[in-house]
Amino acid sequence: MTTAKAQPERPAPVRRAGGAHQKLLAFASLIVLVIGFSIASQRFFQIDNILSILQAASVNGVLAVGVTLIIITGGIDLSIGTMMTFCAVITGVVLTWMGAPLLVGVLTAIATGAACGLLSGTLVTKARIPPFIATLGLMLVLKGLSLIVTGTKPIYFNDTPGYTEISTGSLVGLVMPQFPLPNGVLVLFLVAAIVGWILTRTVLGRYTFALGSNEEAVRLSGVNTDRWKIAIYALAGAICGIAGLLISSRLNSAQPALGLGYELEAIAAVVIGGTSLSGGRGTILGTLIGALIMAVLTNGLRVLSVAPEWQTVVTGVIIIVAVYADQLRRRKAA
Amino acid sequence: MFTRRQLTGAVAALSLLGSAGMAFADEVYIPLVSKGFQHQFWQAVKQGADKAGAEFGVKVSFDGPDNETQVDKQIDMLSAALANNPAAIGIAALDSQAVIPLLKKAQEAGIPVVAFDSGVDSDIPVTTATTDNKAAAALAADKMGELLGGEGKVAVIGHSQTSLTGIDRRDGFVNELAAKFPKIEIVAVEYGDGDHLKSTEITKAILAANPDIKGIFGTNEGSAIGVVNGVREMGAKVTIVGFDSGKAQKDAIREGLMAGAITQNPVGIGYETVKAALAASKGEALPKIIDTGFYWYDATNIDDPTISAVLYD
Repeated sequence: MTTAKAQPERPAPVRRAGGAHQKLLAFASLIVLVIGFSIASQRFFQIDNILSILQAASVNGVLAVGVTLIIITGGIDLSIGTMMTFCAVITGVVLTWMGAPLLVGVLTAIATGAACGLLSGTLVTKARIPPFIATLGLMLVLKGLSLIVTGTKPIYFNDTPGYTEISTGSLVGLVMPQFPLPNGVLVLFLVAAIVGWILTRTVLGRYTFALGSNEEAVRLSGVNTDRWKIAIYALAGAICGIAGLLISSRLNSAQPALGLGYELEAIAAVVIGGTSLSGGRGTILGTLIGALIMAVLTNGLRVLSVAPEWQTVVTGVIIIVAVYADQLRRRKAA
Repeated sequence: MFTRRQLTGAVAALSLLGSAGMAFADEVYIPLVSKGFQHQFWQAVKQGADKAGAEFGVKVSFDGPDNETQVDKQIDMLSAALANNPAAIGIAALDSQAVIPLLKKAQEAGIPVVAFDSGVDSDIPVTTATTDNKAAAALAADKMGELLGGEGKVAVIGHSQTSLTGIDRRDGFVNELAAKFPKIEIVAVEYGDGDHLKSTEITKAILAANPDIKGIFGTNEGSAIGVVNGVREMGAKVTIVGFDSGKAQKDAIREGLMAGAITQNPVGIGYETVKAALAASKGEALPKIIDTGFYWYDATNIDDPTISAVLYD
């Protein structure tokens, strides 16, 4: 790999510095929310509840990390929710129907996601279909395929011992019994760390930002932009596959009807985390914080027994306020 | 080239669909517009409808939106069904008010309407094939009250805040507890849209807010599974009462994690709807309500033939 040589490039540090403010802002909002809810209810800041919040953030967080890559290139992926479900369904077919061992199932989920991402990347680059449309189409295709493959019935993982451990077991709990952090959260942190590394330390990461800032300039400098973009979509797809593993192991079943709507929650987390929908700017840490803000918000409002219809209103308002605060900060910086 | 080929394909597919539609034109055609089709419950309703279709030699179609909030999509499906010149139609309204204009149109065109699953706030439907959801949820409340010994904190995870079944099951449960078990306190009523994961998170938040909670009622399959997941993940000791069936819920009852659940008779609902629609299209008189029945099942009777006949995986 040319990774080592390509590393000391100029654009990356600048962008990282730009992202630092936003991360700070998002992180401050997260802290304010946590403190606010803790004051409002003594039930909120309990280890059990904090673990619940982290776990609630895991599926959305992994999806959001994946789609962050695509959003930084200036694209969008609406298919991630149903792609996640499709990966879970194919995993169910391989594990439950074919009786394959657990590891094969895990690899199948990731490979299925990568293949779906490869397809959407190809549609976007080679067929020149705008990402919004290509992934909207794929979203529906995958949703339909999940229902067709399963015959609309959920596939259960009762015959695969250890499958539910992927999400709900706790390796941390073996070491620290008083803090049984679910494995799903570990997976989220691991995925975020790896993708964060790819984004800031590798050629792929550098091109991800470059494609979002000025794709034409990258192309004119002789880079095969299509190839890099397809690789980014495939990587994001593979991450969707991981989300598919997490949700299906949490529910001990691949539920073919789930998935629609999850893409918007993931995109909301990305945007709250300060990644620009117009591309070229964003961080994985920001996305992680965005996903945590979403999870803290929904959990906190429920713990406070806020009426369900108002919970939805407040969540919407927070998304708008978060992005507006980011706009203000950027205008000041400019 | 690529897109042109796709276009030709799409046109070909559309023309195929068109000709298929016309081929059915002279059969007796009864479309059922349901609230969904992906949940196992609706698949069981469809199974009953198909059975009646085969038995009476009528063409039955079954369609429904993706989730129980898509009132607009359901209305589109209903108007498409009406445009196909059906002998009669069956409708399980997501929003009992929203469908009324279209039902009026059906009435003017002389197409009898049979409501199923939930009623419609109107006298247009000639009959309604349904579970008495209020009475069914009241039975759930009776069982919950008995299991808790008449006292403690209870929560409800609903599947819809707006549909008639959602409202009836919530009210039937809450009112029955209030009337019969004054020492039981309802501490939370939340709505998870029947989404398994959402209902799981809600359950966990409720348990975090009320660690001393004694019982939780999930008002449909997705809600009940969410409650089971949430309670399992929190390691809480809670009496869970569910609604409908499905493999996960049956397993939870066998494991003892769920105390029991109310089952409707979904196959019966589908069957009776088609049967009533056909009768109505011939001008026969029908009772205002066709009660398709409900049962309480738990670990003791889950394998009884009467119960297992109405459960589905």
